[in-house]
Amino acid sequence: MADSRHKANLISLARISVVVVAMFGFGYLLVPLYNVFCEITGLNGKTGRVDEQAVAARYHVDKDRFVTVQFVVNANQGMPWDVRPAQREVKVHPGEIYATTFTARNPTARDMVGQAVPSVAPNVASRYFNKTECFCFTQQTLAAGEQKAMPLHFVVDPKLPKNVRTLTLAYTFFDVSEGAKAVN
Amino acid sequence: MSTAAATHDEHHDHGPAKGLMRWITTTNHKDIGSLYLLFALLMFFIGGAMAMVIRAELFQPGMQLVQPEFFNSMTTVHALVMIFGAVMPAFTGLANWLIPMMIGAPDMALPRLNNFSFWILPFAFTMLLLTFFMDGGAPAGGWTLYPPLVLQLGEAFPFMIFAIHLMGISSIMGSINVIVTILNMRAPGMTLMKMPLFVWTWLITAYLLIATMPVLAGAVTMLLTDKFAGTSFFSAAGGGDPVMFQHIFWFFGHPEVYILILPAFGVVSAIVPTFARKPLFGYSSMVYATASIAFLSFIVWAHHMFTVGMPVVGELFFMYATMMIAVPTGVKVFNWVSTMWKGSMTFETPMLFAIGFIFMFTIGGFSGLMLAIAPADFQYHDTYFVVAHFHYVLVTGAIYSIMAATYYWLPKWTGNMYNETLGKWHFWISTISVNVLFFPQHFLGLAGMPRRIPDYSVQFADWNMVSSIGGFVFGASQLLFAFIVFKTIRGGEKASSQVWEGAKGLEWTLSSPPPYHSFTQAPEVK
Ligand code: HEM
Ligand SMILES: [Cu+2]
Repeated sequence: MADSRHKANLISLARISVVVVAMFGFGYLLVPLYNVFCEITGLNGKTGRVDEQAVAARYHVDKDRFVTVQFVVNANQGMPWDVRPAQREVKVHPGEIYATTFTARNPTARDMVGQAVPSVAPNVASRYFNKTECFCFTQQTLAAGEQKAMPLHFVVDPKLPKNVRTLTLAYTFFDVSEGAKAVN
Repeated sequence: MSTAAATHDEHHDHGPAKGLMRWITTTNHKDIGSLYLLFALLMFFIGGAMAMVIRAELFQPGMQLVQPEFFNSMTTVHALVMIFGAVMPAFTGLANWLIPMMIGAPDMALPRLNNFSFWILPFAFTMLLLTFFMDGGAPAGGWTLYPPLVLQLGEAFPFMIFAIHLMGISSIMGSINVIVTILNMRAPGMTLMKMPLFVWTWLITAYLLIATMPVLAGAVTMLLTDKFAGTSFFSAAGGGDPVMFQHIFWFFGHPEVYILILPAFGVVSAIVPTFARKPLFGYSSMVYATASIAFLSFIVWAHHMFTVGMPVVGELFFMYATMMIAVPTGVKVFNWVSTMWKGSMTFETPMLFAIGFIFMFTIGGFSGLMLAIAPADFQYHDTYFVVAHFHYVLVTGAIYSIMAATYYWLPKWTGNMYNETLGKWHFWISTISVNVLFFPQHFLGLAGMPRRIPDYSVQFADWNMVSSIGGFVFGASQLLFAFIVFKTIRGGEKASSQVWEGAKGLEWTLSSPPPYHSFTQAPEVK
């Protein structure tokens, strides 16, 4: 009798341990779930990336409509780079590819690596903002004292909701010099 | 069935081994329960000492006693010690002592696991407390461990993470034991719907722990790899997102606050009927209310994050879901009050603490409802109003229930009656001082005083001084509690097995103190 109870206890122990391991995995599963959720809803202002060739096929240029795109760029706390957009804002037709530049200067006496992270406001617009070429796709290396102009090519999806007339693209530059060294 | 004796440990049947090794090698549920409770008491005083430093620094505006970094370590480690070192082990200790006696079992189902889950804890907390002596100091970024701030911690960082891993492993093992014991070890006739509510609330708590502790372990492991292995789960520069940590943390964190309160509901549901001399009103609604609270606790986490920039739909969802929790909670309070209605009540110390719990926990529930109003939370968030809220639910809620339980079952555990006069003094000094301590913090918060700061503007000076005075008195009155407990362990008027005239349940059919193995013969349950 006691033996069979002992066995039942061990079986329960095994079953619950499976749940524990599964929940540990679930914690990690929350990461892709979170990203998918943000992508679908446009939360977090994550922007998209499209192929230059695909744009012509996918989008029909809407000559009757103008959208104002504003640019903001900041260096993160502790990141000494001096960064600014070439233009504060542009008026664009949805469906057409535009090009603009940003400049970054490394005022320090050492070589540094930076990474820009974009975000679009309002959130609902972020799904309709796509880049074909961006300095944020890769890390940017600046030698001590170097200044550089960096390109951005983007297109606004003509399906952008009609009530959105202005959208803001904001970049934050992070210092990833140390991580870059670790990778090398 | 009568042969279902404790044959797993034949040589232990005649009582405990002698000396220190008894406590290190013990697999007995009462020994382990006592270890847990004593450990919790020790941690309560260590965490309490940190609270005294906090209140001393805040006694007056300006920097008085400690460095700001050390102050931040005080708030952070105070919270970690109180939550993981005091409240959770105290409830696990109660579970160990009481669940086998309440369901008519000889011991816990997995005694060796039980020993292991306790003995991990001293190591975990030694490790956590040793971080005070490391370069860069102890954790100071808040118990919620938000990145990127938490990643700035110095040498202590990996030790803090491993300590949290160990605490998690310990409470997971403890919960597994509780679940297996309740599911497999009940005496014949003890159906689920006959179990005392303390057993029910612990069963549900154990499931919450199983479901959320591994998620916390995952979250802190991600922090660890972000810092040392080059991952960027929470680093925006690498494509991650620091806000995601808050989502994962609170997916654990909100159920965790119910882990800290559901066993308290069970304790109060045992004590109120005894001293009202009436059966608990609405037993089955209590069970269903507990289960719905546990379910709802998984879908309200973002009420801790109303200000991170969620879309309006999200704010609304989490606001309404949070308010919904007030419904089953209200059912519970209603049932306790109805149990007392027209009862022949007496007010011994356990009953005083239980009534104090009902009163003051409800105050904490109401401030919780205010915080749940998303637009209003933008004003309250990260102010002393939140501090007042969670101390009403945790100190006058969880801690009060633990004290009520100690006074209620201590005569059963030790065979000695505690000193009733001293117990009443302890209750009244604590209850007056705890309100002097925490009630003014509502005013401070509404007036805009932020939490987790070592200094403040002068307009907050008066209420801070009042609060600190309450804090010192409350702290000192807990020495009286420790004195009463140790005095009772050492001797006192002998308690009968019934102890309380109105007490019902299997644990009261055993002698006081009970035999080393609780029910070697399964009792009959009518
Ligand atoms: C009616 C029930 C409750 C409601 C509606 C409620 C609501 C809330 C809300 C909205 C917050 C976030 C406030 C902010 O940060 O701006 C909060 C914080 C908190 N609550 Fe509650 N709560 C309830 C019950 C409880 C219980 C039972 C406990 C624990 C036993 C608890 C413990 C906490 C803690 C520890 C925090 C602060 C966490 C931190 O930021 O460090 N609450 N509550
Ligand atoms: Cu919560």
